[in-house]
Formats: sequence, C-alpha cells, structure tokens
Amino acid sequence: MAATTKEKGSFLANRANYLDERVGVAGILKEFGRKIFPDHWSFMLGEVALYSFVVLLISGTFLTFFFQPAMTPVIYDGVYGPLKGAEMSIAYASTLDISFEVRGGLLMRQVHHWSALLFVASAGLHMLRVFFTGAFRKPREINWVVGFFLFVLGMGGGFTGYSLPDDLLSGNGLRIIDGMLKGVPVIGSYVSSLLFGGEFPGENIVARLYSLHIMIIPAAIILFLAVHLFMVVIHKHSHYPGPGRKDSNVVGYPLMPVYVAKAGGFFFIVFGVIMLISSTFTINPVWNYGGYDPSPVSAGTQPDWYIGWLDGALRLAPTHLEFTGLGGTWSWNILLPLLVGVLFLVVVGAYPFIEKWITGDEREHHVLDRPRNAPVRTAVGAAGVTFYAVLWAGAATDLIATQFKMSLNQVLTSFQILLIVGPIAAFWITKRTALSLQRKDREIVLHGRETGRIIRMPHGEYIEVHEPLDKYEMYKLVEFKSYQPTLARPNSEGKITVKARMRASLSKFYFQDRVAPVGQLELDAAHHDHAPAIEAAPATKKPAAKKTATKTATEKAPAKKPAAKKTAPKKK
Amino acid sequence: MSKEHRYESGLAVVASDKVKDPGIEPHRVRMTDKSPAKERVANRQVAALFIASAVGSAFAIFAYFAFPITEDLGTVRSNTWWLGIGITLGLFGIGIGAVHWAKTLMPDTEVSEERHQTRGSDEVRARAVEIIKLADKESGFSRRKLIRRTLYTSLALFPLPAIFFFGDLGPNPANTLRHTMWKKGTRLTKDPYGTPIKAAEVTLGSVFHVIPEGLSELPEHKLEEKAKAAVLLVRLDPKDLKEDPAKKDWSYDGIVAYSKICTHVGCPVALYEQQTHHLLCPCHQSTFDLTEHCKVIFGPASRPLPQLPITVDAEGYLVAQSDFTEPVGPSFWER
Repeated sequence: MAATTKEKGSFLANRANYLDERVGVAGILKEFGRKIFPDHWSFMLGEVALYSFVVLLISGTFLTFFFQPAMTPVIYDGVYGPLKGAEMSIAYASTLDISFEVRGGLLMRQVHHWSALLFVASAGLHMLRVFFTGAFRKPREINWVVGFFLFVLGMGGGFTGYSLPDDLLSGNGLRIIDGMLKGVPVIGSYVSSLLFGGEFPGENIVARLYSLHIMIIPAAIILFLAVHLFMVVIHKHSHYPGPGRKDSNVVGYPLMPVYVAKAGGFFFIVFGVIMLISSTFTINPVWNYGGYDPSPVSAGTQPDWYIGWLDGALRLAPTHLEFTGLGGTWSWNILLPLLVGVLFLVVVGAYPFIEKWITGDEREHHVLDRPRNAPVRTAVGAAGVTFYAVLWAGAATDLIATQFKMSLNQVLTSFQILLIVGPIAAFWITKRTALSLQRKDREIVLHGRETGRIIRMPHGEYIEVHEPLDKYEMYKLVEFKSYQPTLARPNSEGKITVKARMRASLSKFYFQDRVAPVGQLELDAAHHDHAPAIEAAPATKKPAAKKTATKTATEKAPAKKPAAKKTAPKKK
Repeated sequence: MSKEHRYESGLAVVASDKVKDPGIEPHRVRMTDKSPAKERVANRQVAALFIASAVGSAFAIFAYFAFPITEDLGTVRSNTWWLGIGITLGLFGIGIGAVHWAKTLMPDTEVSEERHQTRGSDEVRARAVEIIKLADKESGFSRRKLIRRTLYTSLALFPLPAIFFFGDLGPNPANTLRHTMWKKGTRLTKDPYGTPIKAAEVTLGSVFHVIPEGLSELPEHKLEEKAKAAVLLVRLDPKDLKEDPAKKDWSYDGIVAYSKICTHVGCPVALYEQQTHHLLCPCHQSTFDLTEHCKVIFGPASRPLPQLPITVDAEGYLVAQSDFTEPVGPSFWER
C-alpha cells in the first residue's frame, strides 16, 4: 500500500529529507501519521464547523479589501438604479459596490454569509451530538467548555458581521441591542453611550463592530479552535460502542492516508456546497432594504437564525413587567429574557460538571453512550432543545400568524405557554421513549429478532421464529454503563448535608427508572429457555451467517457460543 | 509500561457478568479489493473527478472575463452564477475524488490503537511535582511572603488602566436622552422630504410619518435626532378618542401625534391598523391603542408611546406645542 511519502521516488525523498533536517518532520509523522480516527457520520458535524470557519476566513479576507467600515454619509452614485442619489453611509455604499461593481463580489458576500450560517448551525449540531452521546464526560469536560465558547463566539461573530453593511434591517437589529443595553439597571445608558460613542446610532458603531468582527472575534475563535483540536489529539477521538471498542482503545482508520483523503476531501465538499448555495441562492439582499434610517422599518423583520432565540425571548416576555422603584426603572421586559438566555447558556456550559457531580464517576469515558442508554440525560437534552426551539420559533410569531392566517396575539400566547409546557412534555416523551427502546434492545438480545415466520409445532401451537443476533450486533446492545441512585448519607460528623440531599434526589431523578444491560447469566438463561428446535432451525450456521462476504477475510475466530461460557458469580 | 490508575466509579453499577466482547468485527471485502477490473474502474473514476475539477476551475477563470458586470444589473446574476458554478465544480471534483479514492482504493480494515489514560504515569507525575518543588525552592515563592503578596497586588492592578482607557469611547449620556428636536412651534413635516403638513390635509384614517421641520438641514447628528424625534400622525374620529382630560388639548380636531419609537427596545412602531386604531411594532409585536393615549394592550412593551402635544399655527400648519413631556424610546434606569 502507498505508505509514507518517503518511500516514493527520490523527489519526495529529497524534499522529506530536507524538511526533516530543518524542522524534524519525521518525528511528527511518526507520532501522528498513523493516528487512528473512528468513523461515523456524526463525527463530521464538527468538521463541517471547522471547514466553514476556514471558508469564512477566506471569503472574509476578500471582503475586507473592498469594504469600508465608515458611517460618514455620502450620496450614492453607483450602478444600482433604485438607490441612486440616496443619502447613505460609506459602509452601506461600499457593500453595494461589492455587490454590483466587483466581479465575484456578490458571490463572495454570499459565500461569507452562507458559511456563517452554516458555521453556527454545524457547531450547534456538533454540540448536540456531543451532548446526546455523553462525549463531554471525563476527560473531555474542559473541551466541552471550550467548544461552548466557540459556539458563543460564533454567534458574536455572526451578529457583528451582520450589522456591518449598515442597512435598514441590521440597523434595526442594532437599535434592539441599544434598547436592551439601556434596559440594564444603573449602567445601561452609560454602556449604550460607550458602545455607540454617544447617542444611537452615532457614527462609530460600524467601525467598532468591524474591529471586533475581523480581529478580536476571529483571533479568539482561532485560539479556542487550536485548544479544541489540541485536546482532541490528547484525548484521541471517542468512539461509539461496538465489538472491540473499549475505553482503553480507539478503533478506526489511520490518519495517513485514509483520513487525509477523507477529511481533506470533505473540506472541498463543504466548500463546494457553500459555493453552490451561494451562487444560486440570494442571502441578505441589502439593496432591497436601503440604508439605515431610524424611522422606517420593514414588516416581518428577522435576525439571522442563530440570534432568533434571543429575539424570540424578547417577544415572549409578558406585558407590563416594567416598574419604577429602588432608585430607577427596572425593565424586566428586557431583563427577564436576558437572564433566561444567560441562564440557559450557563446550564449548557456547566452541564458536564453537573452530571459528573451526580454520578461521581471519576473514570475516563471514551466509549460513547447511545442516547437511549442515558434516558434522563437524553430527555434533559430534548427539553433543552425544545426550550431553545420555542424561543427560536418565537422570533417568527408574526410570520407564523400571517402565513397561517392566525391571530398574532394567540400565536404569541400559545408560544408563551409552549415555552413552559413544551420542555416538560419533551422530557417525559423522550425519557419514556428511551426506556422503551432500551427494553426493546433487551428483548432483541434475549430473544432475537422477529422474523415474521410463523411455524406450527407438532402439538398444534403456533409460534413466530425469532432469529438470534450475531455476537457483534448483540454486543452493541449490551455494552453500556448503568448507574443507580444513591441515598443521602451522613458525612463524617454524622450530619446529612443539604448538598448530599440534593445529590441524592438528583441521582434519583436521573437513575431511578433504569433498564440494566443484559448480562451473561441472563443471556444464558434466555437461550436455555428456548426450545432448541425453534432457534436452531433458522440459524444453524450460527451468527455471521447473514453476511455472505465475511468468511473470506476473517482472521478473528473466537466464535465461541455464549452458552459455553462459565457462569459468573450471581448478582442480586 | 506504567500501571493504569484506578478511578472511582461513583454510582456506576459494576456488572460482574458482562457479556464478553467478541472483538472487532471481521473485515468485509469490497468489490475493489476482489476484482482488479473494479479497481481499475474506481481508479479511472477518481482521475475523472480530478479532471472535472480542473475543468471547473479553468471555467471559473473564463467566466470571470466572459461574464463581466456592466450597467445592466442582470449581469450581476450571470457573473455570480457562472463564477460560482465553475468554482463549485472545481471544489466538488477534488472533494468527491479524494473521498472516493479513500473509500474504494485505500484499505478499509479497522485498526485498533491503544489509548493511554490522560493523566501522566506515576513517574512522570512524581517528576512534575519535583520540578514544581524545585522551582518553588529556587525562587522562594512560598517562602517569600512579601514578594508574593506584592506581586499579586501589582498583577491585580495592572489591567485596571486598560478599563479606564475605554472611558472615551463615548460621552456620559447626560440629558440628551430626555430631549428631542421638538420645541414650541416646530412644524410637523413629512418624512423624508420635510414638507410641512396642513391640518386640512390629514384626512380621516390617514397616517403620516413625521419629522420635525429642519431635521434634513441639520449639519450633523441627523440620524440621532431622527431616532428620537420620529412621530406618527393619525386623524381619528374625535368620537373614538378616549382622552385624558389633562391631555385634552394635546390633539387637534382628532389629529394625534405619537412618538414612533417603541418604548420596548426602540424599533419604529410603523404599522397602523386602520380598523382597530392599533399601532403595532413589527419587531416584537408590542401593540398600542391610539384611542387611549397609546397604552400598551399587547406585547412586551410596558409604557405607552409618548404623545407629542400639537396644534396649528396661523397658516394652518400643524406645529408642536412643546417637546415630548417624557423621554422617548426604550426605558433606561434614570429616566
């Protein structure tokens, strides 16, 4: 097989030698060249985020060559007819110029915007994958926090960039930010004045957001990305449960050549998808909105999708929350949504530590959980997703009302109710579903798969033939960690602390309803129960019979019958 | 090889009769592994994809010149489209080609690699502790309390100037948030051209987006003033108005003027429902009732839109009686 570059011809050998003598590349290759990465589609979500960030850097750099972040008013005299002669900021005029006078300029603007949307989306999905598979458990808690900050930075980068063209839509977004800042007790108006350099909108904000958008935020993202990836290398990638997958190994394909080709190729595919979307679908047509003017507004205003949940939170706040007293005006109609948003983010960021405190499990976890095998965590996640989704959809209450011809007021009120009821319902449904799936797994492991074949026994009884799983498939279903609730125990002084009580009730909440994995004893007992004639009939060839091509390359042979194993000491 | 460290398993159930791990599944042979013909086909497919990529990239360069942007705006579309399609092909060719190569021609036998615990081995940790102790001894970090504490103090203080450096990002808000351009006698004019409005022009049910006279001629801070002074002018049937006796003379013959800036977070409250006399903010759906001094009847806003007291001047033009009597726009602490 095409191994390392060094064996191939003298040209490569010379180059490799040159590099090794100057930067010690051989050592790096020895260390990382054959590093193993597991294969699963869900592991590509983080990759998509990484690659769309690279695309953001490439397209963003192009845009900086043409964009002018100044708010000085000018009279537009470009090719876009409808706005000819209109007064607008230099920032908006240069955005129009990029769109209408630079070849490929509109394409690059759209590439930049689409990849920003994709970046936050894929980072969010990646987070969900990590959450639902328990990949945040020790030793990856810190990397979860790093990734969490990357997600928040992504939203920040998106918002600051969205506001740069100084068009009517984004200007209204900034107006909302101004209004929210002013609502902060005591310091609100000062903070707003500092940010905008005086009264809203001023002539500073675009240049300031520009510094944040092209310097501070990307630098922070690059720094966090470096730490994020460095930790992936240190921990090695987690893998899904399955035969041969252990906490002490990693099963997959080597970096060179397989992952260099797959991941490298995938970058081009992600870039290609972004390019295809950008050349065929318009995004943020700022020329339709006009430059920012504090008086007009277009109906159906929407932020970019990732800010939607915060906008929705603002919309869902009940009427008349503001009151005056204690020295000033308390704008709870702004503070409540802000606090809810911040609290939600804090819980998301801190979740690994919460779960770790409850389980007290100090072991390293490298085999992922199938979501069903951690029913309460999965349900908590589903509740969180629902909460976020309701807030997010809440940002479109007006569009939902107009599109579906409903009363705006009723839509909003329903969303307020849904924000409370939705997560509870999602929690309950998910938990029950997960537990049922676990029971189904047990059923399949113990009794095999239903085949739909009905046979009649000699004594007249009809039964359905169940086909046993092969040992590899079965192992996937039985290999998971199970936890049990604990009681609040007194500490060394004989007192039961509040903390112990809390942990006990949380552990009860998490692990009271649980389905234990099938053990060897149970398995043996189940196989013993079945009349041999029934099970043996369809499966005389034993496990791997279903797959035709397996035999040719099999080097593993321990096809020992599970039943032949010595029984382990009895439990419970 | 150092021993693996034993960790607490917490609430985990330690199963004594776990089902035995059968080991990695046997490798399944692919067509390209078995058949040299298939392998050759895959080989050619990968090369064809790479060639397609080269063609795409070359086409993108061609498109850059062949589809220039002219005065005709339709050319923007063809420029974007053809450039994008060319680059897309250039990217897809490489990407799909490389992945196809990996999936069909590179080995796909799963390999297992040992993982080591993240913590250092006991020897390494012992050495690390030794280094820290040695550094501590050599520097006297623990021993020299005075140095240590003064260092903490100086480290805590050194970033503080940076915070004050940002003080000049903007002025103190002072009183500007309480006042707008409106004064006694300022004419109400149409946004954006600044033509004054006669009371007779304002027919029943019509809406005017209003700015104070002279706003467009301001040499600077035009948008800042507009962001506070924008007003919505509506004429209602005087019978429909349920006016507060104290504000009875703020309207003129059924014509009322209200701040257009939402008291929630400052969006322009630009939607007027003619039938119900409600004003709706398109950003967060706060709804105000025009007939009752714009009190909030729905949505997150809390305060009514401030009313601009108006009357007519000698020539019949609508003018303001005074500035707004309260700060307009979003709430702030000291309002």
